[in-house]
Amino acid sequence: MKKRESIIHISKRPPLSNWKMATYYGLAILCAVLISSLFVILTGTDIVKFYQFVIDGSFKSDLSMRGLVRNILPLLITSLGVAVAFKMKFWNIGAEGQLIMGAVGATFVAFTFPNLPHGLLILLMALAGILAGGIWGLLVAFFNCKFGTNETLLTLMLNYVALYIVQWLRDGPWRDPAAKGFQKIPSLPKNAWLDQVGGIDITWIIALGLVVLLFVYFKYTKQGYEISVVGDSKGTAHYAGMNVNGIVMRTVFISAAICGLAGMLHVSGDATTHQLTMGVANGVGFTAIIVAWLAKLNPFGVLVVSFFFGLLEKSSGAIESGLHLSKAFTDVYQGIILFVILGFDFFIRYRVSLRLGSKKKNKELKGEAEQ
Amino acid sequence: MNTIINFFFAAVRSGTPLLFGTTGEILTQKSGSLNLGVEGLMYMGAFAGFFVAYKTGNLLLALLGAFLFGVLGALVYAFLTVTLQANQNVTGLALTIFGTGVAQMLGFWMIQSNDGLKPIVNDSMMRQISDSGIPYLRDIPVIGKMFFSYNVLVYLALIIAVLVWFYLNKTRAGLNVCAVGENPAAADASGLAINRIKYVNIMIGGGICGLGGAYISLINGIGNWDNNCVSGQGWISVALVIFAAWNPAKAILGSLLFGAFTALQIRAADFAAEFSFLSFMTKIPSAVYQMLPFVITAVILIISSIRQKKEGNQPAACGINYYREER
Repeated sequence: MKKRESIIHISKRPPLSNWKMATYYGLAILCAVLISSLFVILTGTDIVKFYQFVIDGSFKSDLSMRGLVRNILPLLITSLGVAVAFKMKFWNIGAEGQLIMGAVGATFVAFTFPNLPHGLLILLMALAGILAGGIWGLLVAFFNCKFGTNETLLTLMLNYVALYIVQWLRDGPWRDPAAKGFQKIPSLPKNAWLDQVGGIDITWIIALGLVVLLFVYFKYTKQGYEISVVGDSKGTAHYAGMNVNGIVMRTVFISAAICGLAGMLHVSGDATTHQLTMGVANGVGFTAIIVAWLAKLNPFGVLVVSFFFGLLEKSSGAIESGLHLSKAFTDVYQGIILFVILGFDFFIRYRVSLRLGSKKKNKELKGEAEQ
Repeated sequence: MNTIINFFFAAVRSGTPLLFGTTGEILTQKSGSLNLGVEGLMYMGAFAGFFVAYKTGNLLLALLGAFLFGVLGALVYAFLTVTLQANQNVTGLALTIFGTGVAQMLGFWMIQSNDGLKPIVNDSMMRQISDSGIPYLRDIPVIGKMFFSYNVLVYLALIIAVLVWFYLNKTRAGLNVCAVGENPAAADASGLAINRIKYVNIMIGGGICGLGGAYISLINGIGNWDNNCVSGQGWISVALVIFAAWNPAKAILGSLLFGAFTALQIRAADFAAEFSFLSFMTKIPSAVYQMLPFVITAVILIISSIRQKKEGNQPAACGINYYREER
């Protein structure tokens, strides 16, 4: 059988040194920003003004800066959660649902025991959030380990089950009788609100703590090592005597639990509403997957990437009212950045060489092989 | 009787966009790519279809526009995952975010250039997308209303689903697609052009999803543009792929069932009024009807994995990129 030789030859690269990797990534990000900026110009918007609005929208005042941080936190924590499962190559697309269930769990505790001492109540809510989110993920891990159920599709389905559970609670059991016209869940009692430190609720301390904690967990603990071995090859892990199923279930539980905690912190910490709504996750679970991926699953990377994503989101309102550019543009911008970086990834993993000049040589080689 | 006929009619109308999305995604997954960008592709098709219809008043051009926009979106996905070996899950999600963003951004601009009013297609366009049905046949009692009185797109969706079923099961090219989705290394060894097959099917699949978007913006929206029109129907389509066991023929029935859940949210009261034994239906919260497609799909996923059936499962290599040197 004859096969045509392709001009472009692609081969796998040995892993790059950290410095080279950083250079490639710098290039990729630069390219991504350039291309997205080109898109901004294409819409007929003044590019300088655009970035001015991005900066102003978030740093103009104390209030907007607080808003920025509030925007970043759920995304940051959820991305960290996603990163845990992704490290093991377990495609947890269900962060959205796990976050929602965490919020539901926390709200349940707040409604059931509103008069507990404040500290105890918050602790119980956090525990409920962690458990509810974690179990929502563990469910999938269990079926995946036991029967090989596809985790991507199952986590995806559970996202919507969780979303409609909130709708059911809103329309029925938890419906606010005070709001006559429309259905909503009442705000949490004041006793269930997170305390504030430095003008923002304590979520930021927990989030930063989680970044460091996960960094250590991945890098210096036995469990972190197990995660990466299972991620590379379940076979290897099995032969090394690891309890693969146990590790998978534990890891997915941790991943989902962190997402659940993000949900609890969001309802309990969000300074304006303190309320469980259908939009409690609002796509954060999906964006988190992208953030985690862009950050190469590195906790500190997640911190940086979610900062920029939060910045864009926060500024989208200012951009819409100031530049008459739809809020949705920030989604387009994020999409382009991701596309470019996903594409660049290829050049980090593979070497591309042209074989234009060596056609003759190829022929000779082939001739030799045929002899 | 009328209640049942009307309900069936509504179920078909709500199920059709899902049928488009599902057929497109089945084609994509059969060639070995899990494209989670259906929602984004539908949004892109929804905008393109509406915009062309709004500007030209020509349904054929509108459908072509929607198809092309879907193809374009899928091309980005195919280039990244097939040529550049990017992770399929992440690329698909990015496509959803990107496609939704593009449609909403352009939709915002369309509203702005219409002095802030919702754009509406003209009367001739409205006639073209109305439920005019098939002449003569539509006048048959009962059957006429149930089967022959829909808008053109419903029939288009059915034809496409049947064609894709025929293509995948009865033609050599289609069987090749399945081979690529099941075991690309073996298919490669037997001389199939893996990348070309993947590209073609991902792009056509994306185009079909785009048509589903056009259905949503033109027919569900009754010719009015709404920036949030797709609102999750792309994800229901992904669920329906599993429900239909990767078979476009079963997807026709599946879309009818999932469409019925949507229709029930509004029509439960009709049933309760007509048949007293169905009065419990109004007591079921609408969240349950909305949740059902996802719950059923989740259960099916679990059951089919327990039974370890070879048939009716996701193509074996779906979601995994194929790199020749690694086989």
